[in-house]
Amino acid sequence: MQKEAEIRDPLILGKKSYHDITKDVSRPVEGKANKYWWILFSLSFVLFIWGVLSMAYTIGTGIGAWGLNKTVNWAWDITNFVWWIGIGHAGTLISAVLLLFRQKWRMSINRSAEAMTIFGVAQAALFPLIHMGRPWLAYYVFPIPNQFGSLWVNFNSPLLWDVFAISTYFSVSVVFWYIGLIPDFAMIRDRMSAKISPMKKKLYSFLSFGWSGKAKHWQRFEEVSLVLAGLATPLVFSVHSIVSMDFATSVIPGWHTTIFPPYFVLGALFSGFAMVETLLIIMRKVVSLESYITIKHIEYMNIIILLTGSLVGTAYITELFMSWYSGVEFEQYAFLNRATGPYWWAYAIMMTCNVLTPQLYWIKSIRTSFVATFILSIFVNIGMWFERFVIIVTSLHRDFLPSSWTMFSPSFIDIGIYLGTIGFFFVLFLLYARTFPVIAQAELKTILKSSGSEYKNKK
Amino acid sequence: MTTNTIYGLFDDEEVLLASVKEIRSNKIDIKEVYSPFPVHGLDKALGLKETRMAITAFIYGCLGLFLGGLMIYYIMILNWPQNIGGKPNWTFYHNVPAFVPVLFECTVLFAAHLMSITYLIRNGLYPGAKSDSPDERTTDDKFLMEIEVEGDMTSVKNLLKKTGATEINEKEV
Repeated sequence: MQKEAEIRDPLILGKKSYHDITKDVSRPVEGKANKYWWILFSLSFVLFIWGVLSMAYTIGTGIGAWGLNKTVNWAWDITNFVWWIGIGHAGTLISAVLLLFRQKWRMSINRSAEAMTIFGVAQAALFPLIHMGRPWLAYYVFPIPNQFGSLWVNFNSPLLWDVFAISTYFSVSVVFWYIGLIPDFAMIRDRMSAKISPMKKKLYSFLSFGWSGKAKHWQRFEEVSLVLAGLATPLVFSVHSIVSMDFATSVIPGWHTTIFPPYFVLGALFSGFAMVETLLIIMRKVVSLESYITIKHIEYMNIIILLTGSLVGTAYITELFMSWYSGVEFEQYAFLNRATGPYWWAYAIMMTCNVLTPQLYWIKSIRTSFVATFILSIFVNIGMWFERFVIIVTSLHRDFLPSSWTMFSPSFIDIGIYLGTIGFFFVLFLLYARTFPVIAQAELKTILKSSGSEYKNKK
Repeated sequence: MTTNTIYGLFDDEEVLLASVKEIRSNKIDIKEVYSPFPVHGLDKALGLKETRMAITAFIYGCLGLFLGGLMIYYIMILNWPQNIGGKPNWTFYHNVPAFVPVLFECTVLFAAHLMSITYLIRNGLYPGAKSDSPDERTTDDKFLMEIEVEGDMTSVKNLLKKTGATEINEKEV
């Protein structure tokens, strides 16, 4: 039996028993979708189709379909890639790092946060793939012998490190997620009646791998979860560090900085938590999980956003200071141009949404309000997209030769691909919300007696 | 003499844990316990050995590091050494700092996947396997203790009842 301090707020509200948790978690899977689900799904699906058509057009005609030019040869595509990868990071932080720190509040949100990671990383992976121009040659990024037509891959290159980091991150996240899902699929399987829904029963029997909950299996389950968390923790930090090295190991002023790895990792956690909040505030209403995803969970996440947002702000200012202190005039110009040049508005949006507005979370009434949190989380999502845009486009658009100086404007296809991945992400997430146990119910049941409001009041 | 299996169902994990201790102190062998979630301290109360999953992860991680190193050594040094950016790949130890990220990823990739596969194999879990739980409610809110008894069952049943079982079923083997 686990103990918890009396002064801590309960994490499960209302009069709940183990059976109530079972019922609440299986309700979305057993029931029919409501009106809001269908509206959201239709909207996302339209965006998804727009994205598919835009990608098909890009692959058919080439990267010229985008707004890129010879000077700004990386823009929205890489911005979106880094943005989606960053969003993924919060899922692993919640499920792995918070597990190592024994934070009980992660239990009602880790399943959805991890789903967000997996779907986010899948969107991210699309961008390098279509950026190759000839995606059917994508296997060239893997170490395959020279006889296949290309030379060996270069293990000195951060772009190859990225291939290894992201594929490892994606597959390890899927495995971690699935190991935790097995007992919950078994719970749904055992509730399904073979007479009423034989197909569903078969499906969940298949997915649950014959789990029965033996003592030895649970013992192994706990150790495997702990070790996977221990492996995923350095992994998640390595992934965004390596993404940042794609920039940092180059010689472009504005990219060539040693602060990039920690700064990118913090930014990733910052944007990831904002996306978790956006999703969970909608989800708790749509599938009625108000007793499990409480304002306390939101407040804890807001505190992390406040911390990481302040650290990201510190990184921005450090960058400015270092460019002045370096004495390199090209470096100084790159940062001056960022803040006051033609893209000043992007820089201003970034500064406002990432550094200023999260400071509102110092006020308790704001960080314990669902409405305020929802609005501010959207701000952070926008701000972090602009951070990547500022880093990539403003560093490139002033080339070494002033005759090459130019601006970037996205094409219809650029916009289509970006919105398409947002649509695709929500299509996956909405399907997940109706077919998967969205709360890790087996884990949640272990804290019912220490963190349930009914049990806390009894003492 | 006939052998019977007795199933004692419990509503609460603390009652179950106390019962497990009581029954084992009476020299009765508990065959299996099924529970909807991991019960803290149950493995010790049942006298289960510590699991060695973490050790397998360490071994698989070492294997991944070794194989990753071998791959990079073969590709970058042995098979097709190149001079990239004024940094020639003639020796492994001079270039190893650039290989650290991939070596790390290989370590994690092998440790995580092979440990998870080992976990599934050791537990007998695979897609489409049938659950061998005697009662479907054990994934919901019931805790089930399975005891095999030869001959007279009344003493075991009484003990289960006394220690808090809410339901007792039996089955002839």
